[in-house]
Amino acid sequence: MIEYTDKIREIAKRLLESGQVDMFIGFRKGTVPMMNEPIMIRKPEDADLLHWDSNCGINLANYLPKRTERIGIVAKGCDSRNIVNHVVENQITREQLVIVGIPCTGMIDRRKIADSAGGREVVEVAEKGDEITASGKDFKESFKKKDVLQDNCAICIHRNPVIYDELVAPEVEEQKDVDRYEDIRAVEAMTADQKWAHFQELISPCIRCYACRNACPLCYCPVCFVDESRPQWVGKSIDKTDTLTFHFLRAYHCAGRCTDCGACERACPVGIKVRQFTKKLEKDVKELYDWETGLTLEERPPLDRYRPDDPDEFVK
Amino acid sequence: MKSIVVSKDRFRSVLDAFSRDYEVLVPVKEEEYFAFKKLEEGVDPDFKFQNTRLSPKQLMQPQSEKMFAYTLEPEAEDAGILSEIPGEVPERLVVGIRPCDALAVQLVKKNFETPEYQDPFWLQRYEKTLFVGFACNDPCATCFCTSVGCGPFHEAGLDVLMVDLGDRFLLKSLTDKGKGLVEKAGGEAAKDKDEKALNKAREEAEKKITCTVPTDKLADQRLNDLFDADFWEEVAFACINCGTCTFLCPTCWCFDIQDEVSRNNGIRLRNWDSCMFPLFTLHGSGHNPRDHKSQRVRQRFMHKLKYYIDKYGGGPACVGCGRCVQFCPVNIDIRRVFEKMNSWASPERKSA
Repeated sequence: MIEYTDKIREIAKRLLESGQVDMFIGFRKGTVPMMNEPIMIRKPEDADLLHWDSNCGINLANYLPKRTERIGIVAKGCDSRNIVNHVVENQITREQLVIVGIPCTGMIDRRKIADSAGGREVVEVAEKGDEITASGKDFKESFKKKDVLQDNCAICIHRNPVIYDELVAPEVEEQKDVDRYEDIRAVEAMTADQKWAHFQELISPCIRCYACRNACPLCYCPVCFVDESRPQWVGKSIDKTDTLTFHFLRAYHCAGRCTDCGACERACPVGIKVRQFTKKLEKDVKELYDWETGLTLEERPPLDRYRPDDPDEFVK
Repeated sequence: MKSIVVSKDRFRSVLDAFSRDYEVLVPVKEEEYFAFKKLEEGVDPDFKFQNTRLSPKQLMQPQSEKMFAYTLEPEAEDAGILSEIPGEVPERLVVGIRPCDALAVQLVKKNFETPEYQDPFWLQRYEKTLFVGFACNDPCATCFCTSVGCGPFHEAGLDVLMVDLGDRFLLKSLTDKGKGLVEKAGGEAAKDKDEKALNKAREEAEKKITCTVPTDKLADQRLNDLFDADFWEEVAFACINCGTCTFLCPTCWCFDIQDEVSRNNGIRLRNWDSCMFPLFTLHGSGHNPRDHKSQRVRQRFMHKLKYYIDKYGGGPACVGCGRCVQFCPVNIDIRRVFEKMNSWASPERKSA
């Protein structure tokens, strides 16, 4: 995907020069391997800072809520679905945006590369088509991209943007016959006690830094429930009940809104598989309402609808 | 000062001997990263690591620490009276702390032990802890310790410096307590060739640190010029306001004190806090002086690279460990910020 870079620069430059947008949001090449930095540029001459490769896993839709400018933004399949969700939830208007669509072949999981290096420090990662090469002092190893994809990318079924103004390249083939919920079914099959133990184990390294929440485009509340201080709903220590409360409630808030972009898991500094929480809700919403987030601007997500004639009494 | 060498085969027995007198904390690999754990049966110390994911600051300042307990039972004589929870800290020995993290403890100490205030919780732990530092033969590509008054073999804050010489460790005492430890380890006295090997390892390690940051102008920069500099919005754009940088940083010490009450029993605890969080500065009135993320990002870097220098007259509150560089989810790189702050010339001053 590195070859998208030139096209992105060209489009950004054109949009800024013509005054069609006030700013352009993309990535610049990172200062460490497998990391790129979200960047906002306002001048056409800065377009050459823009960069694209398989390490752009942060979801740029996160930078949109409540902005007032006209914005050019690059968007992978998942980002575009979160943009749709933002538009539906009135966080930004469609008219403000020029969406530069990225037909995406997935993002590299830096933990998988680090694991394969077995403790040796990876100082450079290069990509050429589907070939990823990681190197460090005294070693060089090549991988097929499909073997080192982020977990969410490996099971992605919406690689092409669902909404865009122009594409940087022809659409890529969507993955077919993907079993999206194998890991979730394994948890569902557990007894209540086993689930409790599983979740406790899962979050045991959590340091409550909230990188998962803050990397998530859905978490735009002015004040998050864990940050409420009057009254304070959740304890702030690393007590397991409080930490689990945070993770569970965060996941519930994302039900019917999560695109499984994987930004949460990517951001976690201690490697927690936080998608285990959100994905269960994503699965439930798919099964109960046949709903996949961010595919249409025409409909609101199932769990944020209120109807006076709702068949359930309790909402009335 | 005394130097000995201990063969690696025998090192575990040396650690076991130490653990008769101390709680010994050693680097252990857990899942994907290293952490300091108490040495006991079944715990396998592993010295083939670059650094621990979280800094060892938590050995002095745990993420959550119970300070006081109280009852609100109306009948109780001591209702509502705080009583200190006795912290029984054993004599501890940290084996394998990296020189950057040991220097960080000294930088943090300036905050917890001042002429006006001595923090009993932090100091109690510190005073009961000995540090056996582990020289870095293979620093990370992101290390820039040599630019910020530290180095891969730096000795500040250590009782013993331990160096990997291939088939053996050299242990060099740096304090009286360290000398006692080295004697207890019972290795052979280091010979000339060991000293030479140490010097060679140090020279090679220092050469491997290729990444530098400029700091020479930070002390002389005008605080207000830096505060008003035009780059903060740009630096902060990507920031998602999580606590990764502050929680992983060995020199971030900020905390928040909270009461938690269950039925009639209360505890007062203090937790790590982060200047990246809006709640950190939210006033009781509802006003927040750092309401915008660029103000919070500026605060973190100004504190480390300017206020700390101005207040204590030394270097910055950064030891170049590179944790924030490696783990910031959006790749905000403190090395770029050093560059910007050090070279900043405000437009008014330039034209004056």
